[in-house]
Amino acid sequence: MSVAKTPVGGVSEACWAVVPLVRLRSVVCLLGRFPALAGVDLDVARGEIVLLTGPNGAGKTTLLRVLAGLLPVHRGEVEVLGQDLTIDRRAHRRGLGLVGHDTACYDDLTTRENLAFAARASGRDAANADVALERLGLTAQAGVTHGRLSAGQRRRLAIAVALCRDPQLLLLDEPHAGLDAAGRVLLDEIVAGAPGEGRTVLLASHELDLTRPLATREVAVVGGRASVLAARSVPDAPAEIPEPAK
Amino acid sequence: MSLAGEVMLVAGKDLRIEARARVTVSQVLPFGAIVLLLFAFALDPDRGRLAAVAPGLFWVAVLLAALLAIGRSFGIEQQNGARDGLRLSGIDGAAVFLGKTVAIGVQLLALEVVLGLGVAALYGVDVTSVPVLILAGLAATAGLAATGTLFGVLAAGLRTRETLLPLLLLPVITPVMLGATRAFESGLGGDASQAWPWIALLGLFAVLYLSVGVLAFGPLWEDT
Repeated sequence: MSVAKTPVGGVSEACWAVVPLVRLRSVVCLLGRFPALAGVDLDVARGEIVLLTGPNGAGKTTLLRVLAGLLPVHRGEVEVLGQDLTIDRRAHRRGLGLVGHDTACYDDLTTRENLAFAARASGRDAANADVALERLGLTAQAGVTHGRLSAGQRRRLAIAVALCRDPQLLLLDEPHAGLDAAGRVLLDEIVAGAPGEGRTVLLASHELDLTRPLATREVAVVGGRASVLAARSVPDAPAEIPEPAK
Repeated sequence: MSLAGEVMLVAGKDLRIEARARVTVSQVLPFGAIVLLLFAFALDPDRGRLAAVAPGLFWVAVLLAALLAIGRSFGIEQQNGARDGLRLSGIDGAAVFLGKTVAIGVQLLALEVVLGLGVAALYGVDVTSVPVLILAGLAATAGLAATGTLFGVLAAGLRTRETLLPLLLLPVITPVMLGATRAFESGLGGDASQAWPWIALLGLFAVLYLSVGVLAFGPLWEDT
């Protein structure tokens, strides 16, 4: 399958449905001298919800950070959103949202200020902040500084920050951690509804009972290598996946 | 968003954080004032002698306080992985550099005004040329902020950043200290006309490090 080399905004509508969003070939990523990824091959199609499983230290977080362009690729090929990350690790970033272990927020900014900054810095409308606040149930905490939020509220904020960037590719690293029951339901709704909003999701999790029902495919990462464990059809996938905002 | 818009966004974010955390007011400014007081005690209560060395002492106090402000500017990016968020936003590295330089520069200018009043009160200096002081202060601040931001990012990702930053920055910033001190000597009781070559040196240094920072900060921001 050919992969578009043009920037995200330049991909024609006809190509939209057939271009894989993520393509990795023999990817090696070294953390110091340790090969955190030791030859990963993976294709992710638009609209998929891919669950990454594996033991601690297997390379799931490293894989997500490589896809986000936050870690360099030492060998192999990585293409995300049509961009070759071995050439430029930054060009695709405005098309993705990452929920990592940290919130990536500032302690002395309020919830709304953190969201508005994330939206504006990503070239999106600051009004996205209010939409994300409401969607994650954080309206009551809009004026509370990040440093005063509970762990669960911070987790919701991290998810809201990723969503307010209006991403095509959503990278979630243990997103259920710290969330209460209502927050988990909310997150599951967001993940399940992602393909309908034109988003693709890669989700690393140990909460398999929660995440397996959401995933269209399960990929095991063991010893820095990825292998597809299971794949199933996507019963709720839209016939035409909407083109995301440029 | 234009480069100018991104610069103002980053600078506004940093200044808002500092305004709310009040670290500049509660820690950096008192630190600079204490340095001035210690110099006053250590050298001599003789006012004539203090007035003669006041420009150098003022800029040493500003430089030491600047180290705190620069460290703080990158410290906030290390908390909660905020740096990753800023990198993911796609903001150009040059905009991050200029935005942080602007924010540090604004804090330093405020610091210089307050410390300048402290020097006038403690050391009994005579001001002979306000324009010289303003121009030299602006040029020196731009150079100090640009250099500090550039070297700040080098040390940012390291556990030893608090000790590494002064080691990296202090030798490089010597021309600013020299030029600013000489220019202030001319503006504080000296011949104001002799300040202009030093102000030109300060301006040149600022332009040089602003240019180097715009080009080099992005890769350093990504890979350190």
